[in-house]
Amino acid sequence: MANDVVHAHVEPKKPFMIVWGFLLAFTGIEVILAYQQLDLRVMLVILMSLSIVKAALIISYFMHLRYERPSLVWTLMPALVFVIVMMFVVFPDGVRLFYMRPK
Amino acid sequence: MATEDMMGSLHATTEADVWSGGTSPYAVVPKKLGMWLFIVSDAITFSALIIAYAYTRVSSASWPRPFEGASIANATVMTIILLSSSITVVMAVRAAKMDARASAAKWLMATMVGGILFDVLHIREWLGLINEGVVLFKNPWGVPMFGASFFTLTGLHMTHVTIGVVYLGVIAWGFNKRKYNADDVEVSGLYWHFVDLVWMFLFPLIYLMSAKTA
Repeated sequence: MANDVVHAHVEPKKPFMIVWGFLLAFTGIEVILAYQQLDLRVMLVILMSLSIVKAALIISYFMHLRYERPSLVWTLMPALVFVIVMMFVVFPDGVRLFYMRPK
Repeated sequence: MATEDMMGSLHATTEADVWSGGTSPYAVVPKKLGMWLFIVSDAITFSALIIAYAYTRVSSASWPRPFEGASIANATVMTIILLSSSITVVMAVRAAKMDARASAAKWLMATMVGGILFDVLHIREWLGLINEGVVLFKNPWGVPMFGASFFTLTGLHMTHVTIGVVYLGVIAWGFNKRKYNADDVEVSGLYWHFVDLVWMFLFPLIYLMSAKTA
């Protein structure tokens, strides 16, 4: 089987350590941001954007998805993004209906 | 066994070749695809909870902001521990692929220690909050939903961490005994990174957005 073959070359540690460094740096930025006086929704958008960047780094490098076949990436990621977008669309509507439903 | 077609491309021909994984269409062993599919489904579960929480948090007029500097520091340390445990599991997978069995087991155990530390610090935080009177549908500061959302989200995540620690332990033991191979270590690594990934969203949403800034 293809994946049982032991890799002939030694995978370098450095790229992983660099990604780890970035993850720690982004975490630090988030903590500093929490103590700034920002509008709640602005803070939410910035924090979520930073978290998505961190998630992308983990998925691409630690979970190795950057080096997998594109077919795997295209099978997994669009489905996840689509479901999350659908939840953003539908959930607030559900809350609205809760308050506006016939009593 | 492979044969060449008219265009000169190689195709697997025996049934074993086609079904043993590692070729088409994803070039991964079936268990790795299985873990990825599970991760996507679990990510969707967490997304549902997180989106519901974020919406409630932002639209609520009197959400408590109880996390003092000590709590934020504790949660930041927990984040650093979990990120470091992701690096150790990456090193474990790397060692496993080089067939360095003792080294891989060592890195896996380091990852488990990180997970256990995370759990301990988190339980400490829980006990502190419960002591201050935060229960599922009541707390002394504001909207009753705070307790329910906090304990549900962090509790579900902690459950995943604990299951991960046990899972990694089984893989470490089995890989050392040559019962499991490098693919199994890699698959367990994927699960662990997912657990870390969820925390990347939970930490800012639950802790940083409810930090006591005044």
